[in-house]
Amino acid sequence: MTEATVKTYAPPDRIRPARLLQDYGVYAAVALLVLFNVAFTDNFLQAATLRTQLVQVAPVVIAALGMAMVIGSEGVDLSVGSVMALAAAVLPLYIGYGFWPAVLIALVVGGLVGVVNGTLVSVVGLQPIVATLALLVGGRGLALVFADGQLKGIKDGTLLELGTGELLGVPYTVLIAGCLAVVIGFVVQRTTYGRQLVAVGGNRAASHLAGLPVKRVLIGTYVLCGVLAALAGVLATARLGASDPSAIGNLMELSAITAVVVGGTPLTGGSIRVLGTVAGALLMQLVRATLINHDLPDSAAQMIQAGIIAVAVYIARERRTR
Amino acid sequence: MNQPVLDVRGVSKRFPGVLALDDVSLTVAPGEVHALVGENGAGKSTLIKILTGVYRPDAGDVHYRGEPVAFGRPLDAQAAGISTIYQEVNLVPLMSVARNLFLGREPRGRFGLIDLARMNREAAEVLAGYGIDVDVRLPLRSLGLGAQQMVALARAVAIDARVVIMDEPTSSLEPREVDTLFRVVRELSGRGIAIVYVSHRLDELYQLCDRVTVLRDGRRVHTGELAGLDRLGLISLMLGRDAAEVRRDGLTGFSAHDAGDVEPILRVRDLSRAHQLHGISFDVRPGEVTGLGGLLGSGRSETAKAVVGALGADGEVTMAGQRLTRRSPAAAIRAGMAMLPEDRKAEGIVPGLSVRENIVLAAMPTLSRFGVVSRAKQDRIVETFMKRLRIKAASPEQKVSELSGGNQQKVLLARWLCLHPRLLLLDEPTRGIDVGAKAEVQALIDELAADGLAVVLISSDLEELVEGADRIVVLRAGAVVGELAGDDVTEDNIMTALAQEPAHD
Repeated sequence: MTEATVKTYAPPDRIRPARLLQDYGVYAAVALLVLFNVAFTDNFLQAATLRTQLVQVAPVVIAALGMAMVIGSEGVDLSVGSVMALAAAVLPLYIGYGFWPAVLIALVVGGLVGVVNGTLVSVVGLQPIVATLALLVGGRGLALVFADGQLKGIKDGTLLELGTGELLGVPYTVLIAGCLAVVIGFVVQRTTYGRQLVAVGGNRAASHLAGLPVKRVLIGTYVLCGVLAALAGVLATARLGASDPSAIGNLMELSAITAVVVGGTPLTGGSIRVLGTVAGALLMQLVRATLINHDLPDSAAQMIQAGIIAVAVYIARERRTR
Repeated sequence: MNQPVLDVRGVSKRFPGVLALDDVSLTVAPGEVHALVGENGAGKSTLIKILTGVYRPDAGDVHYRGEPVAFGRPLDAQAAGISTIYQEVNLVPLMSVARNLFLGREPRGRFGLIDLARMNREAAEVLAGYGIDVDVRLPLRSLGLGAQQMVALARAVAIDARVVIMDEPTSSLEPREVDTLFRVVRELSGRGIAIVYVSHRLDELYQLCDRVTVLRDGRRVHTGELAGLDRLGLISLMLGRDAAEVRRDGLTGFSAHDAGDVEPILRVRDLSRAHQLHGISFDVRPGEVTGLGGLLGSGRSETAKAVVGALGADGEVTMAGQRLTRRSPAAAIRAGMAMLPEDRKAEGIVPGLSVRENIVLAAMPTLSRFGVVSRAKQDRIVETFMKRLRIKAASPEQKVSELSGGNQQKVLLARWLCLHPRLLLLDEPTRGIDVGAKAEVQALIDELAADGLAVVLISSDLEELVEGADRIVVLRAGAVVGELAGDDVTEDNIMTALAQEPAHD
């Protein structure tokens, strides 16, 4: 009887393409773009070109990983860009104590923003979009206060090395982003916290009744997102060689949300696609690079990005109404 | 009787798999207050939705003021003069009272601008006419719910309604507000406006209504003067039980347990919550099924939720001699309680997760090491319970949302049973599941109680309750009105307890 009812909703031949597209569409799109570039873009396969692409996308990937978890909890975090700016602003203040203390403090600041966001969402009960909007605006303001509104050059050797150095030909930033993707993937798939997070995002009332620590899970998720965003801010600062709180992380929240959505994580929560998110960030990066390489203006690239987002959201909708 | 203002003739409505309304007729005369009653799934809301243009009937027709009508959408019904007052007021909470009252027909001044002064003045006059004295410039949400209802009513009347349908209007009102509402209803009826009044509170029906139509399982089972029908008669019509010929031997798979004089494992004392629960006390013993009986809205589910801390309430809950102080679902689970919620979809399953993950949801911390889940441990538990409860799924990895209702319910039962609770609260465990699964769930409840588990069973199915429960605590309007045990557990006795005249205070 079960099978019969399922089949009447949508015949398998209709449901499968939609589902495949939802599950693997983003990887296929990345693959297609790579093939296109191999064929038609000069020097695409050269190490320097690939390297530039990956270095550029790394901070987006890191911020998007945190965003994916927050979106999986049926929330959204608009403050990631501002947290990047805050981290950037804090770095020069404490770099005198050495590389590690300064980075640690920057990450703690990101975590604190997460505590505030998570508390507003889970304890006060604000809608995530409103709660994190406050810190989107306030966070960058605070960052500019910390930095006196100035761009400050970074002289710490370790920090600069973090931005430009590499291990076995792979830039540190790319390495870090890759490792984090693996770690977050493990956290989401295999830890109690990760599974509770997905359950809370899927049905908060049921999770509460099942005795899950809903508040703790939500606050933890926003903290994790804040720490990741702060790390993205540190890496961006290191690569730039300067702390520029007015520019770093601008509109990053939107890039991160885009990567998550294009990667197939539904905005309705209850599902987190880590690999999809990485692919989503790569796809958006490749689209822009491809168009610019072929002499289309940045404005055209933006419009095409908009088109991709629309398609991704449409496919996600297809699945929900299944 | 004068020409009916509303005349529903032989209306049927079919949804996939169910006949929601089967040849239902209803006539309402101008000035009449007509009660529409029935338990869950009787077809009341479907009928209301047909009257208000949300659904179209598959057969039969609706005559309004002598003409056959077919409303395409709710707005058409409203424009024609059929207004609906829902239990949740559907006005614009952030706009002022006056604006709400005049929404869409604001008095205009020069240049077609809204004449605010006139609107506020007229609004105040209209409301004063109903004995409501409020500042009409305040946003609607700053008013009490009762006053909001009154504004909704005033609006309905102001737009020249001939028929007002009231769906559980008093469910969230204070007694004083209820009095005001009744006064207004009587006044409307005096002006010749017909009222269709839906409520589960029998006292209200007898105070307010002239005639009654009883629906059950989509069919009209009775229409007549309310005065000629006593409470017991009304209840037996609603529940479909002839008070005289209730049989002892039922169709369900339950047997009796004898808990004797065992110490109660759960003691509930004086559980109270504004408007919903009024000093509820009862005990539950291990090895026994304690039923919570009562009509819809009597506070059964609220009681269960309050016991496990999912709903804030005053009073004492003592589990196995330990008084629970900081109540929360997590604390209740630690104390050995488990509750199967009534609304499987909203509060039970996590639709995007697999059968396996839904089963282990509550037990996950115990199936993990250092915060990392152990698949091996999970698989063992899941396999055991899928076999024991005969859960039919393609595999444990199938999404739970793809299962049938009965199998989803078993998944939820497994979720709770794998915690090895000492007390199991089951809120409508067999609602909306097919016959086979129903019998299996009933047999399981029986088996669990025989194994020494304390079970609290809530069911609207009187037969299931009588067959399943060894003792029944009868609730009405959020208070305990009787407790039946042993041979006294009969459908007759439950209905008698439900029908008692309320003690006047």
